[in-house]
Amino acid sequence: MSREHRLSGPEPMVITASASVAPAGGPSTTTSLAGGGPAPTPPAEPIEVVRVHVPQRSARSEYRAVKIVWRRELVRFVNDRMRIVTSLVQPFLFLFVLGSGLQQLSAAGTHGVDLKTFIYPGILCMTVMFTAMFSAASIVWDREFGFLREMMVAPVRRSSIVIGKALGGATVATVQGLIVLCLAWAVHIPYSLGLIFGVVGIQVLLAFAITSFGIMVAIRIKQMQSFMGVMQMVVMPMYFISGALFPARGLPTWLTVLNRIDPLAYAVDPMRRLVFSHLQISAAARRVLDPGLSWWGWRMPAILEVAVIAVLGAVMLAIAVAEFSATE
Amino acid sequence: MDVTGTRAITVDNLLKRYGDFEAVKGVSFEVGQGEVFGFLGPNGAGKSTTINMLCTLTRPTSGRAEVAGHDVVSARDDVRRNIGLVFQDPTLDGYLTALQNLRLHAELYGVESALVLPRAKQVLQMVGLWDRRDGVVQTFSGGMRRRLEIARGLMHSPRVLFLDEPTIGLDPQTRRSIWTYIRELQEREQITIFMTTHYMDEAEWCDRIAIMDAGQIVALDAPETLKAGVGTDRVTIQTDDNEAAIAALAADFGVEARIVEGHVTFGVAGGETFVPRLFSEFSVPVTGVSVSRPTLDDVFMSYTGSTIRDAEEDPAKARNRTMMRMMGGARR
Repeated sequence: MSREHRLSGPEPMVITASASVAPAGGPSTTTSLAGGGPAPTPPAEPIEVVRVHVPQRSARSEYRAVKIVWRRELVRFVNDRMRIVTSLVQPFLFLFVLGSGLQQLSAAGTHGVDLKTFIYPGILCMTVMFTAMFSAASIVWDREFGFLREMMVAPVRRSSIVIGKALGGATVATVQGLIVLCLAWAVHIPYSLGLIFGVVGIQVLLAFAITSFGIMVAIRIKQMQSFMGVMQMVVMPMYFISGALFPARGLPTWLTVLNRIDPLAYAVDPMRRLVFSHLQISAAARRVLDPGLSWWGWRMPAILEVAVIAVLGAVMLAIAVAEFSATE
Repeated sequence: MDVTGTRAITVDNLLKRYGDFEAVKGVSFEVGQGEVFGFLGPNGAGKSTTINMLCTLTRPTSGRAEVAGHDVVSARDDVRRNIGLVFQDPTLDGYLTALQNLRLHAELYGVESALVLPRAKQVLQMVGLWDRRDGVVQTFSGGMRRRLEIARGLMHSPRVLFLDEPTIGLDPQTRRSIWTYIRELQEREQITIFMTTHYMDEAEWCDRIAIMDAGQIVALDAPETLKAGVGTDRVTIQTDDNEAAIAALAADFGVEARIVEGHVTFGVAGGETFVPRLFSEFSVPVTGVSVSRPTLDDVFMSYTGSTIRDAEEDPAKARNRTMMRMMGGARR
């Protein structure tokens, strides 16, 4: 009986729903439906059908596709406040807990510079990096929840979808990075327009590169758990080796080698250079804390380092597009 | 407009092979403009593979298919612009609202911006969800989600709407209401609907159905014609000794009976005149009897030799059975 009752539950909803199809003020379509007989088709009122036309592929339709995929990432980010908060936990832990704690040990070595100030550029990179990774994971989610299919069958290029995703992830990651940028005062770094623009610029580029990398991986991996596993395995070592938390100078040879081939090092170094150029510190401190990346004694210019990130990002995006286009 | 005559779908010897398993063994059929065409068969019969090939999601191994006048392999994009898809598994974004899902779809399909809202309103009203347009999809019931998917499939005014098991996993009440919507919108939009189901009773809603079993179409016609083609009523009797009853039926009446779901079942022409004879002449005591007009279940059984439920329980057996039938040519 109770089951019977449950089954008949939706009936009133269905009736009102059908009735609302009739034009406002139309004669009592409701009564003919309320009988509950064997599903009578409501008399098809001659409603004017809004017919739409799907145009041929064009640059404009691809642009719209990129834009809507990008916007979807933003809408979902804004709706998911938990994610905004949780992805800020890690940078805060590193900056304030680790930074304050290790300060006691490192005070002698930093020539009077607060350790938090030193690792701050690394934290700026870290925030962007982890958020970008999470954004890329959305492709895996979309696959698990079926939404990926909706995008795959649309009459647009697969590349438009990948580019939209990459831009969306990059935007979200940059916004997170901006939140951390607001903490500069807490670690004794003076604001200036040059600093803000420079940091945001590097963040955008890094976010884009990491999202592209994440998408490239996400396309191959079908399950969320394995994706997270792979990310942990790749991202954490990359982050530690990059020199975000220590100066990349006077390291053991093996670590120096790893550091120089770690792509993330080329984002951390210009970021640190930029931040340190706004600091009033002794020359000795600068030498120790901001040695820069050097190849056989030649210090790479910041612009070249940034270019490395840009090129890597573009290459990974291209691979992601190629992979995505090849899947059925 | 593309000239396609009156055919919305033309399929010619379509075949799909996975490794050495032939999921679809060269099927051919045509679907007319404005038709509601159903693909009926047990799980694993090749329905979804066929629909995926028609929707350009799976490449056929061989054979040809045209949908809305375009080849599914060489003109993939043209096919996609002209079809709407409702998948077996949900493909909505649960974090977005109903309207946001439709807008996203419209943008992906390049629907003219000024028409997006009026069209969204229309399709949402059609499935009775306009009042819930700002509801987040996660909060929707299974039936509402399915209706929203149907609305989304119609968003870009497709000429052919594909529905892969549109009512799977829904309760009977919701299933019926979904069907009411489908028929209604077919009338209003004048589109062709191609759908698959493994619910026999649902096939009654179709103009024509193709029965698929083990990768082949075994019958294709209007449901009424198929049922009439069975020619016999189905008589089910309950006895204390089923084996003896089957033997006696064969000996006394020349009827070949079988046990289906615990009861002795057989087909005879003119069931209502047969039953009095059964009572007066039959040697085995009968404790119950029912006579029914042929249903699609009987149609399925007469072509495949088993009920759809049995076929689903053991797809491997179904495959063997089809092979035996093909080799022996013994179609009842």
